[in-house]
Amino acid sequence: MAKLNMVKALNLALHQEMERDPDVLVIGEDVGVDGGVFRVTEDLHRKFGGRRVIDSPLAEAAIIGTSVGMALYGLKPVCEIQFSGFAFQCFHQIENHAARYRTRSQGRFHCQMVIRMPYGGGVRALEHHTESEEQFYAHIPGLKMVIPSGPRTARGLLVGAIRDPDPVIFFEAKGLYHAAREEVPDEIETLPLGRAQVVQEGKDLTLIAYGAMLRVAREAAQVLQDEDGVEIEVIDLLTISPLDRETVVTSVQKTGRAVIVHEAPKSFGPGAEIAATIMEAAFLSLEAPIRRVAAYDVSFAGFAREKANVPDVARVVAACRETLAF
Amino acid sequence: MAQTKTITPATKIDADLARRLLSQMLLSRRFEEKAAEMYALGKIGGFLHLYIGQEAVGVGATSVLRADDYAISAYREHGHCLAKGSDPRRVMAELFGRRDGLSKGKGGSMHLFDKSKNFLGGHAIVGAHLPIAAGAAFAIKYQGGDQVVLCYFGDGAVPQGEFHESLNLAALWKLPVIYICENNRYAMGTAIHRALAQTEIWRYAETYGIAGEAVDGMDVLAVREVVARAVERARREQAPSLLEARTYRFRGHSMRDPSAAVYRTKEEVGREKERDPIKLFRERCLKGGVLTEAEIRTLEKEVNDLVDEAVAFADASPEPPLEWLTAEVYKE
Repeated sequence: MAKLNMVKALNLALHQEMERDPDVLVIGEDVGVDGGVFRVTEDLHRKFGGRRVIDSPLAEAAIIGTSVGMALYGLKPVCEIQFSGFAFQCFHQIENHAARYRTRSQGRFHCQMVIRMPYGGGVRALEHHTESEEQFYAHIPGLKMVIPSGPRTARGLLVGAIRDPDPVIFFEAKGLYHAAREEVPDEIETLPLGRAQVVQEGKDLTLIAYGAMLRVAREAAQVLQDEDGVEIEVIDLLTISPLDRETVVTSVQKTGRAVIVHEAPKSFGPGAEIAATIMEAAFLSLEAPIRRVAAYDVSFAGFAREKANVPDVARVVAACRETLAF
Repeated sequence: MAQTKTITPATKIDADLARRLLSQMLLSRRFEEKAAEMYALGKIGGFLHLYIGQEAVGVGATSVLRADDYAISAYREHGHCLAKGSDPRRVMAELFGRRDGLSKGKGGSMHLFDKSKNFLGGHAIVGAHLPIAAGAAFAIKYQGGDQVVLCYFGDGAVPQGEFHESLNLAALWKLPVIYICENNRYAMGTAIHRALAQTEIWRYAETYGIAGEAVDGMDVLAVREVVARAVERARREQAPSLLEARTYRFRGHSMRDPSAAVYRTKEEVGREKERDPIKLFRERCLKGGVLTEAEIRTLEKEVNDLVDEAVAFADASPEPPLEWLTAEVYKE
């Protein structure tokens, strides 16, 4: 057991999975000699060599395209796209190929591969280096979309993703890379995909978040407890798709109120799907309309106004109060 | 056509031209040294990619363009934008994310746009602006204009599909575009020989049947000569070119790896700094009696003042108003 930040926790998962399974390899821009733009792949090249830790040319479509080929053959590539905003260059390979082989070949071929991408705000960067696009991947049948909320879930979910027989888009919140350290067990720990966690129990309102927004949600819950005396149940989704509908619905059936927080723009975002799920399965339990706290419907804010765009504690608290007061 | 060109010191240089070239290179250098300081102070957010060491390419190439010609670039574009004539004050304000920036503070360091100077922008996605350059060149030809498009990119863009797609189209449609690769030998941390099967980048021109030339990118006059030829081809014959300017960035890929020590040796960086394009040109001007020490000191003073003004302007410019957050998404 050691206290690790999210970078080190992800790095540990990669080291251990590569040791365990010789079919796991890492490919991406600057993942080898340089150790990765955020150092997540540090020392892998030194330990496993250039055959398994591949510095690719700067060619996203080629990284994913060749990884699909490797996966069809039975290897388990873990690809790194330097920033999620660069992934549109390879979106076609992800959507048209990685996601579809199982259906297209009716199970004869499948792609066991993980595509890691840093996403989201918190580093005062521009456009492609700061945006949150989980909704695009969550919408694609055949893909799994995973977003950890801290070092321990990052490690457990990355191991789970590498072992998952289907292609997994694995988003890592840049704002969380160095934000906090957590106890991470030395022995390999796996978290199942498609399973949310109730990280705080409460009876008055269900607050649903993931990734960097989980911390915001938890802080908001604390404020509401301290100032309003209400008990908020906080759910960490961990996997966006497939959505753990059962955990969400069970919680809202108990609390009768739900607020969803995400960093992606509001319209047609994951919050819409979660709200629809609640409406379908827990309509008669609802005491108030479901609210979403999300980024505005703009493609980017510019670093000077990033903070105004990404949900913060005050916005989440305000939305919860409106819901509670309804 | 394949030789790397270096102009001999004997070449006669016009004093006005020398002053202009040196002044612009100094402006780019000093502007970015200052930007690095401002980044360290937290006035510039996220990432900042410095052009320091490569100034001879942007300045030499722009010096043979007309004002109505177009330039388009990747994300290491402060120098290209300044060379095209953008106001350093508004460029600095853009880096600061302020309302008086070229894009009202919303573009930032990697997305400088200046319509008044026909500067079609910086682009953060490697290789993605190469087809855009071809499209602009197509539009010029379509409307019967005689302008050209100068498209800067790095060696990192060469393995991208869009590099090849664009060269094919530019050749196929005979477009007035000059693709100029600033080969600084590293795509972030990956050395060129680890990323490209063919490291002589100008040779990709042969595949597409267009003109290709390599040039010493540390020699501003050599760059000028080679780009001038390519501009002539584009303007007179609507024939595209692929140029490779061999250069070196003295700093890291961005401010996040300022020393770039993981993938380059200190010796290599030291050796390359000996070929500092500003130093080389300065010495040549002094040696040839084109400029005096005093004249150069005056130029340096002027440039320093301009950069100080740019910082003061950016500092004084307010942050964009909150209501701008949701503006300019659709026509209002």
